[in-house]
Order: sequence, then C-alpha cells, then structure tokens
Amino acid sequence: MLCQKCQKKIANIQFTQIINNNKHVLYLCENCAKEEGKLKIGSPFSINDFFSGIMGVPYMSSVSPQSTKMICNTCKMSYDDFKKTGKIGCADCYKTYGEKLMPLLKRLHGNVQYNGKIPEKIYSRAKVSREIRKLKEQLNVFIKNEEYEKAAEIRDQIKEMEAKEKGLEI
Amino acid sequence: MKGWYIEKGPESDVVISSRIRLARNFKDFPFPFRMKREDEEQVQKKAKEIIVEKDNDIAKFEFTDMQSLTPLERQMLVEKHLISSELADSQMRSGVILSNDEKVSIMINEEDHLRIQCLFPGMQLENAWNLCNDIDHLFEENVDFAFEESFGYLTSCPTNVGTGIRASAMLHLPALTMTGYIKGVLEVCSKLGITVRGMYGENSEAMGNMFQISNQVTLGQTEEEIIANIKNIANQIISQERMFRKELHKQNPFRFEDKIFRSLGILSNARILSSEESFKLLSDVRLGVDMGIITNIDIKILNEIFISIQPANLQYLVGKQLLAAERDIKRAELIREKLN
Repeated sequence: MLCQKCQKKIANIQFTQIINNNKHVLYLCENCAKEEGKLKIGSPFSINDFFSGIMGVPYMSSVSPQSTKMICNTCKMSYDDFKKTGKIGCADCYKTYGEKLMPLLKRLHGNVQYNGKIPEKIYSRAKVSREIRKLKEQLNVFIKNEEYEKAAEIRDQIKEMEAKEKGLEI
Repeated sequence: MKGWYIEKGPESDVVISSRIRLARNFKDFPFPFRMKREDEEQVQKKAKEIIVEKDNDIAKFEFTDMQSLTPLERQMLVEKHLISSELADSQMRSGVILSNDEKVSIMINEEDHLRIQCLFPGMQLENAWNLCNDIDHLFEENVDFAFEESFGYLTSCPTNVGTGIRASAMLHLPALTMTGYIKGVLEVCSKLGITVRGMYGENSEAMGNMFQISNQVTLGQTEEEIIANIKNIANQIISQERMFRKELHKQNPFRFEDKIFRSLGILSNARILSSEESFKLLSDVRLGVDMGIITNIDIKILNEIFISIQPANLQYLVGKQLLAAERDIKRAELIREKLN
C-alpha cells in the first residue's frame, strides 16, 4: 500500500500513536515515518520500543498491569525497569530475572546456549559442564537409535565428568 | 597523515576495512547507565591501570579523557571510526584508549564498561579478532568480567550478550549499486542474520556506495563461527561486485570510463564540493583506480582524502571553525591539492 501521508512511496512502517487513550494507526513510508517521529516523540523506533513490543508491553504505556516485583538486590533495578529501558542494570540482574529474558534472547539470537570463549579463571569448570552437555546430546541420539551399548559407554563418561565437575565447584 | 585507514589491505579493491569489537563489563560495577560518578571514575581508572600504565607486549597505548576534548576533537575520532557518536555525546566520565597505530580503540563507559575494538585495512577479520582476543586476555588476567556460564559475557543490552562480539566489514559496492542488485544482496543478508548499515553504523546512510555488514547474533555460536560467517558472506558479495564491475565495463567501456574520468575531472577542478557530492565522485574514482582504469593515483591518497574532507577533520586541518558553505569551498580546495 502507498504511504498515507505522501501517497508516493510504499508504506513499510506501521506508525502507532496513542493520543488520549485512542489508538491511531498510520501506514507510512520510511521518510514520512521519520518526519512524523521527529515532530511527535523524538525517536519513535528505538530498540527499546522493539523490546517492549516483544516483551508484551504496549508501546508508550507507562505502567504494565501485572507488575512483576523482580528487583535486583545489587543495583535495585526491576524487571519492569528493564522492559521500559531495554537495558540491564548489572551482572546480578541476569541472575535475578535471567529466566524471564529467555524468550527475548531466543527471538534475538535463535539459540540461547552460550558457546563462545570462557575466561581462563573459570575455564576448567565451564569446560567440563560444556563437555557434559555435549555428551548428553550424544546419549539421546544413541538411545533414539537403540544403540544401547554405545549409550552405556557415554553414560559412564557423563558420570565421570559429573564427579569431576563437582570437584571443581567453588 | 598516518594510521591504518590510509594503508592498503588484502582485497582492498572491495573491502575498505575489517573490524572486531567486544563488549565487556567489569563484574563488580553496575553497567554504565546505572553507575554513580565514583563508579564511572573507578572503571576508567581500572582500565587505564591494566592497559596503559603497565607495559605489555601488544602495543603502546594512550588514554584520552573525553572530558578533555572539544566537540570538534571528539567528532574527529568519530569520523575515523575510533569512537562511536554515542561516546562523543556522552555526559559520563568516559574515555578512549588508543594504540599508537590507532588499530586498537578501547571505549570506556559507552553502553558497556569496555568496548574493545580492533580495526584493520582490507579483509583481515582474523587478524582483528586475534588482536582483540589478546587484549581481552590482558584484561582478564587483571580483572573479573561479568560472565555467566549459561549466558556468556553479560552486557547492558541483550542484543550483545554472549560473545559480545560484533564482526564487521566495510565494503565498497558501486557496481552492485549501479545495477540495482544491491537490493537483492541486502535482502539475502537480512535473512541470514546479517545487518547492513551505512558508513557510520546505526541509522547512518550509505554514503559513497559504502556498506558495512555485521553479525546480528552474539549468542549460540562461537566467535570463530560468527567471524567465518561474515567472511563467507563478504566473499560472496566481493565476487559478485567484481563480476558486475567487469560486466559493466565490458558492455560499454567508453561510457564506463567516461563516467569515471568525468568524476575525476570534477573532483580535480571543482571550487565547491559538499561531502555528499565528494563521496559520490570519490566512489567513481576509487572504482577507476581499483580497476586499473586510472593509473596515476595511489589509493592511499584517496583514503586520506576520504578522512580529511569530513567536517571535523577538515576544520581541524584548516585550524578554525567553518560554516557549511565555507567547508564546501575548503573541501574542494583540499581535494584539488591532493589530486594534482
């Protein structure tokens, strides 16, 4: 469809405004959307709005109805704050509401299992955990294929690794 | 002028530069936008201690406090891709650590405590990654980063969590743009999880047929996989671009060369040149040099012009603030001087 403002270019952006609780939807081209955005509310298509959208908070709403009281003890930032700002407060926030971030991370990255480099200080333990994870995947494949002998071998390896992992626990 | 951005790298007929950046945060401080003044100062001090004040075998580093720079000086660093415009506008205690050759730039207190960035001319993503990794190790020997086994490196924004890596290549794609095939390239890229941007990152337009491709995903893959993916896609775009360059030239050599030499003619004679027009014309001339059609201009001269005609660098060279119209005159003057 054509842009509802300039009627020239193809509309590829749905521009939603909430004025006095009434929702207005305009279909605009990129240029007109930019113009519209500048006039009304600064930068309308910030990454934070996208997050809010993904996390189920309607655009420009200030208070979410089912307010979850998940507050990080270290930096005092709540999960609701994150939904509004799109920024995480500190490392401990990931512990406090990390689980809640999973759907978002899945959408952003597809895969939520970390596979990158590991700091040398925590290397040995993390390496063992990763090894166990891989072995468990293998185990499932063998069981599925009814290769029970191989599965038993893997199972013993997992047991061994798990004991090793325990020993490395801090 | 010296620096990596003048040098000629591998595949330089299409690839202008390669960049790897790592987002890192110190474990014991809140992330930048939740920091107090003292935290900001502490983070800055720590980074300085580890990289600048102690000798290391990577490079010689120097710290620059953002507070000590004028807006013009900050903008110059942005134009050289050494800092982001967000850091240039920052009201926090922020700074940048640069290596002598300016291949390494470590932004302090941008969106994350550290943004370790390595830039190389041409296609050198692996070299950039190795250098970045060495610097990352140097930090890790001295400080604990925010890291969780399941999430990887923790960052302010969930788009960077995991490896915190952004691998990007700056490509010059005039033939794909001229033929319109660039649209297809952009579409395929977005389907493969690759972001395509203009010259200055987020929200910037593609000036002078320059496109920056980079990975979107930072979690789930290893750093090496992410880099290999970008390299693969870049290689495919490079071979397409080369093919179209040849094809366009073959179809109508006179028209093709005429366009290139006209652009060179304007650049070497014009008395007023806006940045936009300059970049457009420079793109043609670069194409001519890369294809061996123009033989008496060194690509390094073009690289130098590319940096020095941008507003802040131009004003710095002239030594005073200039209005846009005055800049266009000075810009034309500078280009004439360099080309003749």
